[in-house]
Order: sequence, then C-alpha cells, then structure tokens
Amino acid sequence: MADFDDELDASGLNCPLPILRAKKALNGLDAGKVLHIIATDPGSVKDFEAFAKQTGNELLESTEEGGKFHFYMKKV
Amino acid sequence: MDEKKLAIIATKGTLDWAYPPYILASTAAALGYEVEIFFTFYGLQLVRKDLSGLKVSPLGNPGMPMKMPFGPDWFKSINWNIPNIIQAGIPGYENVATALMKKTIENNGVATIPDLRDLCLEAEVKFIACQMTVDLFGFEHSDFIDDIEYAGAASFFDFAGESDICLYI
Repeated sequence: MADFDDELDASGLNCPLPILRAKKALNGLDAGKVLHIIATDPGSVKDFEAFAKQTGNELLESTEEGGKFHFYMKKV
Repeated sequence: MDEKKLAIIATKGTLDWAYPPYILASTAAALGYEVEIFFTFYGLQLVRKDLSGLKVSPLGNPGMPMKMPFGPDWFKSINWNIPNIIQAGIPGYENVATALMKKTIENNGVATIPDLRDLCLEAEVKFIACQMTVDLFGFEHSDFIDDIEYAGAASFFDFAGESDICLYI
C-alpha cells in the first residue's frame, strides 16, 4: 500500500458524493500530498480516473479489496 | 488549464428531476468548471427556501420501478405494477410514493437535494431565476433562497453563448 498524508472514507456514499468529498479534502492539502480515498460505489473507479484526467491531480493507484475501492490521489 | 463553462437550464420541479441539474453542476464545479444554472418554469421549485414540497409522481411514468425500500429481500425485489387509474384515484398517493423514494435515496447513500444544492452554492455555482416565470406563477422573491439573481433569456445567453457544454434539463 502506498503512503498517504490524509484519508477519506466515502464508503456507502453514491455518485457524486465521493468525488465532491475528495475534491474538498484535496483543497485542504498542499501540492504533492497524497489523499487515500476509500469508496464502495463501483462507478467511482471510472469517475476517479476521469477526475484525475480533468483536474490534473495524479491517480497513483486504484485497487479493489473485499468490495472496497482504494484510490491514492496526489494533489497537483 | 483554461476554465471550462457549463450552462444548465433547469425546467422540472419534481424530486427525481431535481437530481440531474444539481449532480451535474456540483460535479462540474469540482472538476474546475464555472457553472451557471438558469431556473425557469417548474424548475423554480428547486430554488425555493423550503424544498419539502418536492415530490415524485409515479403516475403516468412507466419507466419508474416501484419497489419497497424495506422488508426482506424477496419483498424488496417485487415491482409493484399499480395501474394508473388506481394511482390517480388514491388520495395521498404521491405523498406515499415520495416518502418511499426518500427512504430509497437514504438507503442507497444518495445525497439529498438540500445537501446537493448546498454543495453547489459552496462551490460557487451561479443560480439565476427566470423573472418572467416568477411573475407568471405568482411567486415572491422571498420564496427563494438568497443566493440567486433574477434575469431573463438574454442573460442566459450571455453565459451560455460562451459555454463549452449547455444542457436543457
């Protein structure tokens, strides 16, 4: 598992809340810091890819483990 | 990265149709878009101070599955195919359907409309209410939230004309 600086548990939340919460959490981080996001919404896999592509933040890792999705997003 | 622009016209005033404009606006704002929503006709219901009047009507909507948000799985999986004539004849049917819909929304971890609207406002989505329909329906400005401007079609085009995406909902 990658290192991270802050964690956001968006388990149980549905579109678009994981993205909106992640955006808010990233706003509070300095550039270069990594946010670990946990989600259960299967749509979030494609959505975090799209979020990274459009905002310039870097999606370092996207994995699934026991029905939970883990994303590591590095703030640009 | 240049800031992209999203313009939305929100014309529908039911609980279900309140979602698309607010979901797309809040998400676009999170992606860095500048967003403006023009509320007109029944869409004005979405910017009232009190959102408790938003309802969902399954009547005449064959696309809407009617399932119960509680009970054992076999019960929840039943699609209650209630004929229109019965839906239309039962007093309070919309209230019951709305209560069930709100429970389903909660069960699915879907945001409420007041929450999504607050998220839009927090993200500086600009709200414009159509003054003509405010007058037409006999609304007062005091019926609506404070974070809104009143204007007409020309103002919409001022923003929409320069938008990258323009949606009519």
